[in-house]
Amino acid sequence: MWDYSEKVMDHYRNPRNVGKIDNADAIGEAGSLACGDSLKIYLKIQNGIVTDAKFQTFGCGSAVASSSILTEMIIGKSVEEVKKITNKDIADQLGGLPPEKMHCSVMGYEALEDALHNFDDMTDLDDLREEKPKEKIVCTCFGVTENQIWDAIKVNGLKTVEEITNYTKAGGACGKCKGLIKDIIETYYKKEEAEKPQLSPAQRILKINNIIETQISPELRKDGGDITLVDIQDNKVLVKLRGKCSGCKNSHLTLKAFVESTLRETVDSAIVVIEVA
Amino acid sequence: MSNLIYLDNNATTKVAAEVLDSMMPYFKEEYANPSSVYEFAKRSNHAVREARGVLKDFVNAANEKEIIFTSCGSESANMAIRGVLNMNKNKRHIITTKVEHPCVLNLYQTLEKEGYKVDYIGVNANGELDLAQLEQAINYDTALVSIMYANNETGVIFPIEKISEIIKSKNKETKFFVDAVQVAGKIPIDVQAAGIDLLGISGHKFHAPKGIGALYVNSKTLITPLIIGGHQERGKRAGTENVPYIAGLAKAAELAIDGLRAEATVVKRLRDKLESGILKNIYNARVNAGISNRVPNTTNIGFEYIEGELILLHMSDLGICASSGSACTSGSLEPSHVLRAMNVPFTAIHGSIRFSLSRYTTESEIDRVLEVMPGIINKITALSPYQDELANLKRLRG
Repeated sequence: MWDYSEKVMDHYRNPRNVGKIDNADAIGEAGSLACGDSLKIYLKIQNGIVTDAKFQTFGCGSAVASSSILTEMIIGKSVEEVKKITNKDIADQLGGLPPEKMHCSVMGYEALEDALHNFDDMTDLDDLREEKPKEKIVCTCFGVTENQIWDAIKVNGLKTVEEITNYTKAGGACGKCKGLIKDIIETYYKKEEAEKPQLSPAQRILKINNIIETQISPELRKDGGDITLVDIQDNKVLVKLRGKCSGCKNSHLTLKAFVESTLRETVDSAIVVIEVA
Repeated sequence: MSNLIYLDNNATTKVAAEVLDSMMPYFKEEYANPSSVYEFAKRSNHAVREARGVLKDFVNAANEKEIIFTSCGSESANMAIRGVLNMNKNKRHIITTKVEHPCVLNLYQTLEKEGYKVDYIGVNANGELDLAQLEQAINYDTALVSIMYANNETGVIFPIEKISEIIKSKNKETKFFVDAVQVAGKIPIDVQAAGIDLLGISGHKFHAPKGIGALYVNSKTLITPLIIGGHQERGKRAGTENVPYIAGLAKAAELAIDGLRAEATVVKRLRDKLESGILKNIYNARVNAGISNRVPNTTNIGFEYIEGELILLHMSDLGICASSGSACTSGSLEPSHVLRAMNVPFTAIHGSIRFSLSRYTTESEIDRVLEVMPGIINKITALSPYQDELANLKRLRG
């Protein structure tokens, strides 16, 4: 039995805005009958404002709830605002979804994106030819593309193949694409790492010092110890442990598991912390 | 919940009051270890011995020694399969079906990784086994054929006696294990007449509690134990006997023997009433495996162009319990492997609901379900994006 929020239950019991709009200004679709869930969303757009939205969904409780709340979220909003809605916003509005059901919120997002894309196509014919890179299908069972996986990682901060499966269904059937998904995750985080703004040497020193003073030192003081920054040589951060920390037989653990990992997370993954006397 | 209508008896059943009563003395007064020598242990010792006699009759074994008490159906299956393979180390081939219960299927997938060759026999659209494929698959290297007595999702009964004949005609040394979890208490079992070497059952599917099962192993079949330790169960399954549960299992078996006639008449009539009532009143309903040779309590109905979990949620709001072959209910992303093996169309597979009755199901409960189902299905059908397809279906069937 799923632990659905009250809001999810309310929306699948009493779905809002069910049906289709004749003469809709935009129609979007996601999912398929074979995959077990599909969604069609119809929008009426006047002067850049979504004036009406309706949906038809073939799917489980959370799929219907995601579609229903999505229509409520977009009616009355400008197209620009609507474009900013992500699957996470849909899930949040529902008071959360079980992890295995996050793909339902993603389906809502994809149908909306499809609708807006079609709307743009209809209005700005010139703009339309802006080349969209050809989408590569990663999961052939559920027809999930690389872009969809990339988006899901970006919006939801996903880190494991299992999370990708929960959010996009990719890898959930035969499992052959799991290796590919792993590669995409690694590529994403490598790219993110590479795109991090580079600190100047002075900024870097200041940042390390700042983290030690505001995040690390207060924690050590709680246990009656403390830490001082002695020097920084490239990736080596030389520190001195004081108070109860000096001579503590667990000090090596403190140094590696806490001081070093904190600095690696916040400043640079290459940092090595060394204790000096 | 006072207005609960429980139609998920293939998942588990309620413990019969008589069963619970039969168990209580072994929690309260007769708590002795049956292996102890003093007078006080006599009652618990006799309880286990009597239970073994009841179970022997329940499956018509030749000898009480052929009954081993286990903790559940999965243990019975694991013990039978591993036990036979360990005793036949020179043979590396196993045959089973595509529609076995996951507790068996997952074990075979593990065995494949361990180097065994496993053939999976398919089924037709009615859920019936391809016996020609089975016959062809058996060879000199086949250690074990493992086939369920009836399928848990569709209720389709497999021709066990005929299968046994096929196996023995091809290779006399091949052992035949039958997972009978879904038939125990629903149809008579006769291991001798059916030519079964090993047969597993689980108590909680026929009104005994969860946590007790049994394995029949005929005297000509040697197996190694899974649990090694004391001498209990003739060294085949160590661990102090679970006396209250063993007594409960025996009581449930006795009640089931008495109730078999009612299963074939009363329960079957109610199941048929439910099935035909739904088909009559709901145009987008179809029976998956609508053949006569099914366990009397089960029907599996596909509601087309709608999804099963949502049907179950709406039923649950009215206190009605059933289960679905849809992907969404289980958390796995794929729909039922059984319905897929039968090639049930995608339009119906995700909206498939299994109703499974018991001897406690009443006529008024079935009437109530028939009264509310059309409303539930209409409400969900109205949400479907496949309105044109549904309209066609309505013209065709309505």
